[in-house]
Amino acid sequence: MSINSTEKTTADFNVDLPDASGHFGIFGGRFVSETLTAALDELQSTYEKLRNDPDFQAEFDKELAHYVGRPSPLYFAERLTEVCGGAKIFLKREDLNHTGAHKVNNTIGQALLAKYMGKKKVIAETGAGQHGVASATVAARFGLECKVFMGATDVERQKLNVYRMKLLGAEVESVTCGTKTLKDAMNEAMRHWVTNVEDTFYIIGTAAGPHPYPMLVRDFQSIIGRETQRQCDAQIGRQPDAVVACVGGGSNAIGMFHPYIKYPEVQMYGVEAGGLGLHGDDHAAPLSKGKPGVLHGNRTYLMEDENGQIMGTHSVSAGLDYPGVGPEHSWLKDVGRAQYVAATDDEAIDAFHKLTRLEGIMPALETSHAVAYAMKLAATMDKDQVIVVNLSGRGDKDIHTIAELDGVTA
Amino acid sequence: MNRISKTFDALATQGKKALIPYVTAGDPNKEATVPMMHALVEAGADVIELGVPFSDPMADGPTIQLACERSLAHGTSLRDVLGMVTEFRQTNTTTPIVLMGYLNPVEAMGYPTFVELASKAGVDGVLVVDMPPEEACDVDAMFEQAGLDFIYLLAPTSTEERIKTIGEVGRGYVYYVSLRGVTGSAAIDVEDVERNLDRIRQHVKAPLCVGFGIQNAEAAARVSDVCDGVIVGSALVSRIAEQADNPQQAMKDVSELAHSMRVAMDAHEALEA
Ligand SMILES: Cc1ncc(COP(=O)(O)O)c(C=O)c1O
Repeated sequence: MSINSTEKTTADFNVDLPDASGHFGIFGGRFVSETLTAALDELQSTYEKLRNDPDFQAEFDKELAHYVGRPSPLYFAERLTEVCGGAKIFLKREDLNHTGAHKVNNTIGQALLAKYMGKKKVIAETGAGQHGVASATVAARFGLECKVFMGATDVERQKLNVYRMKLLGAEVESVTCGTKTLKDAMNEAMRHWVTNVEDTFYIIGTAAGPHPYPMLVRDFQSIIGRETQRQCDAQIGRQPDAVVACVGGGSNAIGMFHPYIKYPEVQMYGVEAGGLGLHGDDHAAPLSKGKPGVLHGNRTYLMEDENGQIMGTHSVSAGLDYPGVGPEHSWLKDVGRAQYVAATDDEAIDAFHKLTRLEGIMPALETSHAVAYAMKLAATMDKDQVIVVNLSGRGDKDIHTIAELDGVTA
Repeated sequence: MNRISKTFDALATQGKKALIPYVTAGDPNKEATVPMMHALVEAGADVIELGVPFSDPMADGPTIQLACERSLAHGTSLRDVLGMVTEFRQTNTTTPIVLMGYLNPVEAMGYPTFVELASKAGVDGVLVVDMPPEEACDVDAMFEQAGLDFIYLLAPTSTEERIKTIGEVGRGYVYYVSLRGVTGSAAIDVEDVERNLDRIRQHVKAPLCVGFGIQNAEAAARVSDVCDGVIVGSALVSRIAEQADNPQQAMKDVSELAHSMRVAMDAHEALEA
């Protein structure tokens, strides 16, 4: 199949979602306190105008080309493929973007929105620190004041990124309420935003949150899937049989998936954090083990207890340690267009080492979950089949975690 | 007529304003809540807003966040909270109870079950912070049929159009959030509130109550001047926090503060009359 040459689509998945009020089927929407409604309305109407504005899109494309360094390569991982003994594994190298992850595609887009809206301050929440770094980076680039909310637990396990943000001129606020991780950072960022809506733009780091965030983050990240389509055409003359991406909040995955939704011959696999295993509670896999509920402004699959309280999550990777997921993934799961699976901490760590040794590419621990599943999947497929893994980020930030696990004091 | 409208009608005839205290159910422990509710009525409360604790109270400042944490430490569930209302109703059949909280515990219970149990328990109104009218429209009728008022918030940032919408769909009373921020943040600016309420009153017929930032009796009295009711949350909850190990003392301190507000508000109204 060649996407540029065929118009073959199925009606089912050819719908333009979300609808006007931000729903993907029963998911998404805008479940926020009245205080935020006006700010979200303003963002929505600005974005709706700019979304189809050629000047805005040209500016965005220019930033992606000259600042982020796009297009990112599509790389054939020959030795990894050989070891797995099945389908050819290609890596979409988002780790080669400026700041080392896919996150910057989104922060550039949102910083441009902030600029168009005349907001001089930006705030962000962060887990692994990658989105915080990407936000601090674009804030420096556009001369915006930046404050990043980060759970105290994450501040501790991602020290290097905290320091990076500070070097970039951002203020990092350690969040000590709740479970002291990403969800609490997001709560605190929302609280700050409510208080400062007039002059502050909230750069949400994943394809979740109240409408229009899941839509605009997806749109900005969809460059990943569109480039992959073009590169597949050019490099192998066909589209892949499967695309694989890790899922925290779901931004890198939806960026890869979205352009493929209407081509059902391309299988889509989202890999959640299986933590210590899906049999217990120590994981971060709402799509695999959770149920629909409402958190952070949208209806989506959540990890919650029988009383609707949000549960603490566990993953070796801070960036996947989130009890919710973007609403479009919940929809893709329910309509059966994408499959959601999990990789455990151990599988991810093993994949980290394999990719590092076999290809000289050190993936982020988040990304390692996608690599882990892709290796398993490849082994079940034929040699003439193709898998594209979204290599969402590089692993420098995780070296001390790996070192600790190996008993090395780096 | 339900208890909420009866209460506001009665207050209007007496030329008085409603005092609406908020406490988080299960704070500092489950046993403390029903006595606390009775004590608040004793102290002069007209309506009680009973907080349903949630793990992620996005619209609340540190005071109520910590109250939720204290309550959840004992595993207080929505079912427990409904049980507290049932118990309260055994001896008090007149004071309206409004449950205030976030949507997910209700979603987890399921709307039909919640509506049935809440109305059986004797709940009168429900204020779900993260449930705006656009999202509520599917379930609104279910609440109305069960005699539960869906109480909505309005904010300084609410547009004319939204004020109109909420004027149409809001029942019981409308809760005006007096400031841009979370609960318990800053002190209230009465002039600003007055200007906004003038704007709102053109489209909203339900009683207008004001909350967020009312810290003491004097502020309660001044705010009561420009609205139909005064909602006090963080100021009371911080009294509980100070005496979390001594629920008896906490109840006394909370009642005292609520009572001082009642006295100041009534004196103020008498002066105006
Ligand atoms: C490299 C990398 N990949 C993936 C993620 C997970 O986020 P998302 O699911 O939004 O792509 C993160 C989050 O910090 C990340 O840093």
